[in-house]
Amino acid sequence: MECLIGMQFDDFVMVAADQTNARSIMVMKSDQDKFCQLSDKLVMAVSGESGDTTQFAEFIARNIQLYKMRNGYELSPTAAANYTRRQLADYLRSRTPYQVNLLLAGFDEESGKPELYMMDYLASMIKTKYAAHGYGGFFTTALMDCHYRSNMTRQQAYNLMIECVKEVQKRLVINLPNFAVLVIDKEGVSRMDTINPTVIANAA
Amino acid sequence: MSGYDRAITMFSPDGHLFQVEYAQEAVKKGSTAVGVRGNNVVVLGVEKKAVAKLQEDRTVRKICQLDDHVLMAFAGLTADARVLIKQARVECQSHKLTVEDPVTLEYITRYVASLKQRYTQSNGRRPFGISCLITGFDNDKTPRLYQTDPSGTYHEWKANAIGRNAKTVREFLEKNYTPENVATEEQTVKLAIKALLEVVQSGGKNLEVAIMREDSKLSMLEVSEIEKVVAVVEKEKEEEAATKKKESKSEAK
Repeated sequence: MECLIGMQFDDFVMVAADQTNARSIMVMKSDQDKFCQLSDKLVMAVSGESGDTTQFAEFIARNIQLYKMRNGYELSPTAAANYTRRQLADYLRSRTPYQVNLLLAGFDEESGKPELYMMDYLASMIKTKYAAHGYGGFFTTALMDCHYRSNMTRQQAYNLMIECVKEVQKRLVINLPNFAVLVIDKEGVSRMDTINPTVIANAA
Repeated sequence: MSGYDRAITMFSPDGHLFQVEYAQEAVKKGSTAVGVRGNNVVVLGVEKKAVAKLQEDRTVRKICQLDDHVLMAFAGLTADARVLIKQARVECQSHKLTVEDPVTLEYITRYVASLKQRYTQSNGRRPFGISCLITGFDNDKTPRLYQTDPSGTYHEWKANAIGRNAKTVREFLEKNYTPENVATEEQTVKLAIKALLEVVQSGGKNLEVAIMREDSKLSMLEVSEIEKVVAVVEKEKEEEAATKKKESKSEAK
């Protein structure tokens, strides 16, 4: 079961996604990237039905780019999130719904604020300070309730993320060794060190 | 002849499609556009039509971006161009969605040309009254410039012009385009502006220039920057005229 964790702070958003791709008892890949960059300062992390995730992510990304070409400017994170939710909702009551859970993280240039949206496969959406998808969410949400503060620095946020990953690895019966971490701020999207067993051992 | 220029689907006895030829005439009435392919940049320049006094100067954009790496300028009926641009933009994204690669210039030109051709063979529809200059960089960083016309044909060019007085501009380019002349970005821009100035009233306000570089960075030149180049070009012209005068004087002696 895949795990997505996202946290929004005062001047950046941090999103982490596990890197395991498994089918039944077999692990196919342990370095898969579950992020899709929709535009300069907008990233979507997807989990759920294996084909649907890629299909939906790419479809949304191309439509966001088309909007940019047509209108000369990019969609704001709010607009993009609502557009994505609308697509999920429309397809929900069709013969081909998308079974995709996602976190949308972006930086709004106009307001100068980072934003985090959480959407599930039934097209419900919330804008929130921190969120998680998957069984891992049960454990990490509680941790974030305890330790999250909106004025954390990037390093503190990364440490909190490591704590969340440690908890998931301790309590979830499925092994999720690696988590990729992205940060979105006013400079754009940057990647932090992937959280893997070495990083966790060093952090302890 | 009058019977054969009505419906587009009819050939005339001597093998002409008159509607297509009339569309090409419409193109000749549009404001001039020039495209120059340099070593590592591509430049598009268009003549800006004078705006009415009360009209906002936010220009009718004759240079449009189809994708991150593709630029297009057109000459002819603006409304027709809008339709083509809309479809081309969707095709650029659609291509990326299906094959994960950005379109090559040849692909998107072929697409636009096929659209145009379809309208030369359909019942009750008239051809698009525009010629396009489509330019940009392929994935392997080669710069390209293509031209399409209302009949739906397309060709690749090193430099070309469309619209009013295109012939004059093209002749100028034929005389002055050399690989050395377009080695740098500066020179390519200068050549494009110089070519346009052959037929456009002097002044940065009457020109719109767009440059695309191989890293897909697009920039539209500011009026002040265009004016600078125009000033240099004018000075060179004056100096040339002065030396010619001196030579003819000394010869006469």
